[in-house]
This record gives sequence, C-alpha cells and structure tokens, in this order.
Amino acid sequence: MNILGNLSWSAIPFDQPIIMGTSAVVALGIASLLAWITLRGYWPYLWREWFTSVDHKRIGVMYVVLALVMMLRGFSDAIMMRAQQAMAAGGSQGYLPPEHFDQIFSAHGAIMIFFMAMPFVVGLMNFVVPLQLGVRDVAFPTLNSVALWLTASAILLINVSLFVGEFAKTGWWAYPPLSELQFSPGVGVDYYLWAAQISGIGTLLAGINFVTTILKVRAPGMSYMRMPVFCWTSLATNLLIVAAFPVLTATFAMLLLDRYLGFHFFTLDGQGNQMMYANLFWIFGHPEVYILVLPAFGVFSEVIATFSGKPLFGYRSMVTATLAICILAFLVWLHHFFTMGAGADVNGFFGVMTMVIAVPTGVKIFNWLFTMWGGRVRLSVPVLWTIGFMVTFVIGGMTGVLMAVPPADFQLHNSVFLIAHFHNVIIGGTVFGLMAGYNYWFPKVFGFKLDERWGKASFWCWLIGFYVAFMPLYALGLMGMTRRMQHYDNVSWQPWLQLAAVGAVIILGGIICQVVQLVVSIRNRDKLRDVTGDPWDGRTLEWSTSSPPPPWNYAILPQVHDRDAFWERKQRARMHPEQRAAARRYEAIETPQNSPVGFVNAFFAVITGFALIWHIWWMAILGLCGIFATMLAFAFRAHDEVEIPARVAADFDRAHPAEVLP
Amino acid sequence: MSVAVTVAGIQPEEPIRTSEAGPAPKRIVVAYGFWIFLLSDIVMFSALFAAYAVLVRATAGGPAGPALFSQTSVAIETACLLISSYTCGLMTLAITARRRLGTYIGAAVTFVLGAIFLGLEIHEFADMIARGAAPQRSAFLSAFFALVGCHGLHVTMGLLWLAVMMAQVAIKGFAANVLRRLFCFALFWHALDIIWVALFTVVYLMGVRS
Repeated sequence: MNILGNLSWSAIPFDQPIIMGTSAVVALGIASLLAWITLRGYWPYLWREWFTSVDHKRIGVMYVVLALVMMLRGFSDAIMMRAQQAMAAGGSQGYLPPEHFDQIFSAHGAIMIFFMAMPFVVGLMNFVVPLQLGVRDVAFPTLNSVALWLTASAILLINVSLFVGEFAKTGWWAYPPLSELQFSPGVGVDYYLWAAQISGIGTLLAGINFVTTILKVRAPGMSYMRMPVFCWTSLATNLLIVAAFPVLTATFAMLLLDRYLGFHFFTLDGQGNQMMYANLFWIFGHPEVYILVLPAFGVFSEVIATFSGKPLFGYRSMVTATLAICILAFLVWLHHFFTMGAGADVNGFFGVMTMVIAVPTGVKIFNWLFTMWGGRVRLSVPVLWTIGFMVTFVIGGMTGVLMAVPPADFQLHNSVFLIAHFHNVIIGGTVFGLMAGYNYWFPKVFGFKLDERWGKASFWCWLIGFYVAFMPLYALGLMGMTRRMQHYDNVSWQPWLQLAAVGAVIILGGIICQVVQLVVSIRNRDKLRDVTGDPWDGRTLEWSTSSPPPPWNYAILPQVHDRDAFWERKQRARMHPEQRAAARRYEAIETPQNSPVGFVNAFFAVITGFALIWHIWWMAILGLCGIFATMLAFAFRAHDEVEIPARVAADFDRAHPAEVLP
Repeated sequence: MSVAVTVAGIQPEEPIRTSEAGPAPKRIVVAYGFWIFLLSDIVMFSALFAAYAVLVRATAGGPAGPALFSQTSVAIETACLLISSYTCGLMTLAITARRRLGTYIGAAVTFVLGAIFLGLEIHEFADMIARGAAPQRSAFLSAFFALVGCHGLHVTMGLLWLAVMMAQVAIKGFAANVLRRLFCFALFWHALDIIWVALFTVVYLMGVRS
C-alpha cells in the first residue's frame, strides 16, 4: 500500500501547457510575495496583528482580501470560457480540450459562489455590523477567526486542485450520477466536496455568530426597529445560512459516503435516488441566492439614504420585505428543475411562489426610488453602482419571472438564457452591491477615500461590459443554445458569442480600473485622507467613530434614541449648539485576547482535507487529532481577555476629534 | 461617539425595554448562540430524516426494517439515553449548587449510560453487517446507517466533551467559562435525546410495523 494514498507524480498535469504555465506564474507570484514579506520582516507584524487577530474589523478585511483574490481567479475562468466559445464553432475546436473546459466551468461556478461572493458578503458584514450596532465586537470573536481561517483553508484546497490532480468536471452542483465514483473516478469531485464542506462549516459558524450578535449584542437603546437596514438584511442572510447550510453539509456528506464507502444514496445501482440530490441541493441552493443578494440590498439601502440626504423611504416595509424574502426563499427550490416531471400541481405551486418573490423585491425597488425622489442625490461612486443595480436588477428579475412560468421554463431550462438571467441578478445585484459597499466603507476601514475617477471608470466598464457580455446570451438562449458547450456546430451563434467575449474584455477593463483605483488611492492617501470619520455625512453609528476605528470601536457605548442614530445626534447638536457635550467618564475596556487557534485549526483542516481527497488515511487521522488538540489547548488557556486602561481610550479620543460631536 | 447629550424629554421615563437594554450578559449570549447551533444541527438531521423517508422502501431486494430491527435492544438503548438525560439534569443541579462530588457522580453515570447506548448501537450495526445488511447493500440501508450513525457520532462527541469538561472542573473549578460550557453540554445532551425520540419513532416504531 502506498503511504501517500492515491497521490503520485501522475497527479501533476505535466502534459498540459496551459495548466503548467498558470501554475508556474502563480507559484512565482506567491514565492515573490513571501520573499518580499520575509525581506521586509513583516512576518511578526502579520502574525500578531492579522493572522491571530480576533478583531471583527481585521477579520472583515481579510475576508474581503480573500474574495478579491478569488474574483481574479474566477474571472480568469470566465474569460477563458468566453474565448473558447468565441472560437469553437463549426470545424474549430478552440484551444481548450473538453475535459479542461469542463473543469473550468465547474471551478468558475464553485469559486464565484462559495469563495468570492460568500467571503465578500461575510467580510462586509463582519466589518460593518458590530459598528452599526454600536458595540465592540461580535458575540464570539475567536469563533469568528476560526470561521475565517476555515474559509481560507477551503480556498487553498480548491487552488491546489489546479496543480495537483484536477477539479470537478460536473458543474458546481455536482449532480449525481455524473458526480458518483462510477462516472467521476478522479479526485476532482472530492476536491470540490471537501473544500465546500470545510468552508461550509466556516460559513455556518459565521452565521451562528451573526444571528447571536444582531439579536443579543446591540448598543443600549437600539431596539429592533432602530437597527440600520443593513443589520436587518444581515440578520435575514444569517438566518438563511443557519437554516440552509446544514442541508448542504448533509447532502455533500451523503455524496461523500457514496464515493468513499460505497453507499447508495444517489447511485444508479442499489436503488439510489438521483432526484433526491437535486431536491436537497436546491433546498440549500435557492436560499443561497438570497444569502448573497440580501446583504447587497442592505448596502444599497444605506448608500441611497446617505447620498440622498434623506431617511430611507418605507423603513418598515423594507424590513417586512426582507423577512418575507427570507421565508419565501425556502419555498421555491423546485423551480431549478421543473423538467424533473413532478406534475402540473407541484410545478404550478413552485411557479407561483417564485413569482410571489417579485412582490417584496418590487417593494424594495420602489422604496429606493422614493428615497431618491426629492432628495439631493450626490452621484458618488457608491450611488452609481446603486443606480446601475436598480436598472440591471429589474431586467434580471423580469427574466426570472418569465422563467418561473413552467411551460416557458421547459423551453429555456439549462439554456444560456438561464445563464444570462442569473448573471443578470448576481452581477447586477450581488456584485454591484459588493462594489458599492467596498467604495462606501473603504474610508471607514483605512481612513482615506478611494479615488473617484478610477472608481467611475471601473463602474462604467463593468456596466457596459455586463450588458455586452450577457444580452447576447439571452438571444442565444432563445435560439436554443444550451449551457456548458465546449464546441458547437451552429455557426450562426458565433457572432453573438464573439460579442459576448468583447463584453468580457470590457469587464476585464473594469477590473483593471479597480486595481488601478486601489493603487492610485494608496499612493494619494494623504490627499484622500478623511480625518472626520464621517466623509459622506453618514446616518448610522459606524460614521460616529474615527476612521479607522480603534480596536474597541467605542470607548463608551453609544446611547441610541432614534433610527439613523448618528444623523439624529448631529441634528440635535446643530439645533442646540449651546448644549455642550457632557464630560465623558472613561472606564477600562475588556477586549478579547488574540488567539492563534483559528489559524492553527485551519492548518490542520487543510491537512485533513488534502489527506481525505487523496485517501492518505494516516494523515487524515493526524489532522483530526491536531484539530482536537487545538481545541483542547484553547479550552484550557488561562486568559480570555485583555484590559485596555481607561486612560488609553481617553487619550485616543482626544487625539481623534472625530470621536466627539461635530 | 457616545456623548450623553442631555436634552430634556429624551431620557425615557418608563423602565427600559429588553430590546433597548444594551448587550446581553455573556452567559445569555453563549447559551443563545448554542441554541442557534443546536437548531442548525437539527436542520442537518432533518435532511437525513428526509433522505431516510424517501429511501425507506428502496431495499433493492435486500432486507427491510422488520427483519432487521431488534426491539428489545432498541428499548434498552432508548432507556439508557433517556435516563442519561435525567442524570445529566441531576449533574446540572449539582453544578448550580457548586457541589463537585455530585457533579462527578452525575457526569460518571451519564457517561456510563451514554457508553452503554453507544455499545449497544455498535453491536446492532455489527450484527446487521454480519447478516449481510451493510450500508452498501441498498439505498434504504445507506440511509439507515447514515441517520442512526450520525446520531451515534453525536453521542460519541458528547462523551468526549463530557470527559474534557470533567477535566476542566477538576483543574479550573467552577470558573465562569467552565460553567457556561457545562450548561451548553447539558443543552447538547438533551437535544440528542429529542433527536433520538424522533429517530426511534420514525425508524424503529414505524419501521417494524410495515
């Protein structure tokens, strides 16, 4: 028996120049980054201030960094597919062999959903929610760090699959029987499943953490109906995480049992049931869509109220609509496979429920429009993303309602019309929202604004690129083109696909502008510096502390009297300038102690995951023992918290005048 | 930043509502978070239950429930688990009274009963596999072993946790964080009981009737 399980030199695809070239570039990039960090002597700083940090703000930043890096990876997959389909018509086979093309579309889906959008969403929530709630941290800071690093280890595993072994060729749903051992004997599906399991546990932990934080840890006076809408949408998202991710864990566990121990949940023999997988997967999968889009709705609500200089129109209806979507999210999963043949009644029910979701979503759109109406809208970068979203998302929503009609869906099922639809809502909804949030909260995170000109250039490239890339797919879908084609014979499709490829290149321009925006902003940070802590004339509490906020966020927890707590406080100060701020009584602050447990735990998770993928059993056991030992060491540690003396907090406040009333 | 601006009429006259009272104490926050975790765990079990319900007739010509399940053995298992929940409750009472000896005795009885449950379950599994009813035989058996085995895995984790907690009580005494963890353990142990009741009904009672 091989001591390294199924792992051997043949796992490395030496014969594939594209993969080897990419791997070489990536390896070189990582090596030079590590060398730079080592030469500059940054390791102790990184370890002390970031890797072991349990501060929700640092953890949020690390999530977003992971997401941005994975966006580059996922986008390279996208542009490779667009290039392939622009070429591979009629007699031409393009430049990607089928087995490579199949891995690329699977990786693109898995990465964009689980390792780009999810970390980005969780990262934004991490940074913003405790600040908006007016508190010092999340409910479980160390658990937060564990969740982050589990996500990071899953991302590491999925990128290792590029070089060692292969990735799944099954699409990101990994439908059986294709994903069963019989038809996918390689390690690709295992890479995907174990990475998704590890990151799934991380996401579940984050979800539990945020539900508890939002429901139990809020500043004095912040009742539910005074919470900012972003906190409400975060609550809805995390409730969905807690209710949906365990289903994914169970489903993937069943598939893993099939693949590793010869169980028969979804196999063709032993009376396995393949459609049960589709049902279980989408019971997770459809709520996942709302997990991704609801926080974006929250971002738009904050942005549009701030930049219109008005309170959000219809706060209560916004909250109601959010929770309605949260519940309806669990009642529509079957629309992903109307063609299963469940019968007219079942399809009819799920079709109607799907259309019903358009109602609360429509309420939201009108609320945003009415918030702008009569306001003094400042067309800053976050607002551009918001307006771009409103136009784009409505189109995507309407094509969604179209496909909710089962007879229409029978025609459009798995065509590129569907691809156009969900990119329309995920790019137009989630990605635009994430970009708006990134531009909106960046000054709070780092203390300087992002460059406006490059930000606007990036927005326009993304917006135009999106339409050029995906509108042709609607047409192609109606012409009958199915998704995931490595090659097609119908040459009349080719011009449309070439146009779509041009769109992808324009989006690439948008991404380049974003990178440039970041670099330019860092270079000009002194010019873009914001010393007030409130660069946009904000309404919610996060703008009331300094930028970047101190580790303890608020030396004295704010007392909340109203919705838009900070705005009201500013108004009161303006109306009663004679009333001076009362003397502040500072007390010592207990903050959670930094801990390496998240990082070490993730290290063992990588070991375990890699060992399981390659059937290296001794190593898997070693990894699990490592995880147990890490938790044990954490359970027995002597100190949980460090005390920040009152004097330090007082000195910080004096040095940062943003901390007191304007 | 929080500056207490004293403007007349802003301070509420009535007593502060719970939702406006500020961050909850750590004890509450921890228990609340653990409840959320337990709910998520139950959601995971619900997927396994659903799979079992879908596949219960998918025996692929192999053995079905009535021929496999021994009600005597399952009845003893159930009794052990339910009594262990009771002794876990007694342990919690001893903890509340800060009595170490009572805590150890309660934990020991709980542990032994849990271990007997686990032993019987492993014996049942081994017996079934020996009779050719392994999970590889049919989709029904796959679902059975996954559902019951997942519960058994939870019991195993619970036993491990209980052992660690006793070590913590011995070394750290009834420190605040040890107390919080002990209460979470009790919640976990009772939740396993609830899942077992559902499992006993769906798998063993309904299983032998058909």
